[in-house]
Amino acid sequence: MLEKNVTLSLKGCVRGALMCVPVFPGIIVFGAVFGTVAAQKGLTFLETILMNSLVYAGASQFVAMEIFTEPLDHGTLIAMIGVTAAVNMRMLLIGASLRPWLGQLPGHQTYPALFFLTDLNWLLTLAQYDKGERDWGIYLGSGLTVWAVWSLSVIPGYFAGSLISDPKTFGLDLVLPAFFAALLVPLWKGKRQTYSWAIAGGVAWVTWALFGGYWGIFTGAFAGAIAGAYLDD
Amino acid sequence: MTEGAFTADTMVLFAILGMAAVTYALRAGGYWVMGRVNVTPRIRRGLEALPGAIIVSTILPIILQGGLVVGLCIIVAVAAQLRMKKEYIAVFCAAAAAAALRAGGI
Repeated sequence: MLEKNVTLSLKGCVRGALMCVPVFPGIIVFGAVFGTVAAQKGLTFLETILMNSLVYAGASQFVAMEIFTEPLDHGTLIAMIGVTAAVNMRMLLIGASLRPWLGQLPGHQTYPALFFLTDLNWLLTLAQYDKGERDWGIYLGSGLTVWAVWSLSVIPGYFAGSLISDPKTFGLDLVLPAFFAALLVPLWKGKRQTYSWAIAGGVAWVTWALFGGYWGIFTGAFAGAIAGAYLDD
Repeated sequence: MTEGAFTADTMVLFAILGMAAVTYALRAGGYWVMGRVNVTPRIRRGLEALPGAIIVSTILPIILQGGLVVGLCIIVAVAAQLRMKKEYIAVFCAAAAAAALRAGGI
């Protein structure tokens, strides 16, 4: 059941890169705010750049900075790594869902490329795959572009404090959720989606109400996938 | 910034490397495991159901926390996407609607 006609071209990379342009404002503001938070918490410029570019998972970086204290002791260090794992648990599922598409490619290509896996380029990629696209440049191009924009956006935030005093005034906090909602629309095909999404939403909601934080993304997604697997058309 | 901008504390460096390693392990781990599992039609359907399930699970808490404005703007985004079928238009409409609603004091 593995896809055999997967190709990689520069043209595909460029197309993937261009698809991310509408979310640049959201990424830049998000990255700049992280720079500001890191500066306020007392990270050096080098530490901020390293964390932002190497971890490359926004929500988990913010949560880790929440518990960061200076000087950093062993307990806090472990806790920072632990919350990072908890917030990013959904990456397991996201990566798993790429297997049928990228499984035929050699590991020396896919494993380095998986460093650039985010919700954003994963969703773009699967939406294109759905439409019959088989050029995985879409994945790589969008991943590299978002990483570059994210890596650079932290710099002005670190030095200038908050560039935009309140992103909410311009509705910039809506950019990413609205983009995700828009990507959801073409994924709806019928009854199976309605049920599995309702189950995902219900489980995510209950988890969020009970535990708060980001666990709901993992439990909801997992429940939705199980429902999708067992609902026969 | 009391110390130099281009220095890094050893402990902070360990924290960063640990966070980076665990995140990469999660990014690559799911993909790696699926290479060792026989992908039956049922598993395949489960994986196909994942994107929608993850989006719903991600957006729902954001709406619940964000309240009326965020909820309305997500509806605007979905409506724009249904009519225009262009993601960037949907994003622009939602952000503009949020700015307008907040300027209006909602």
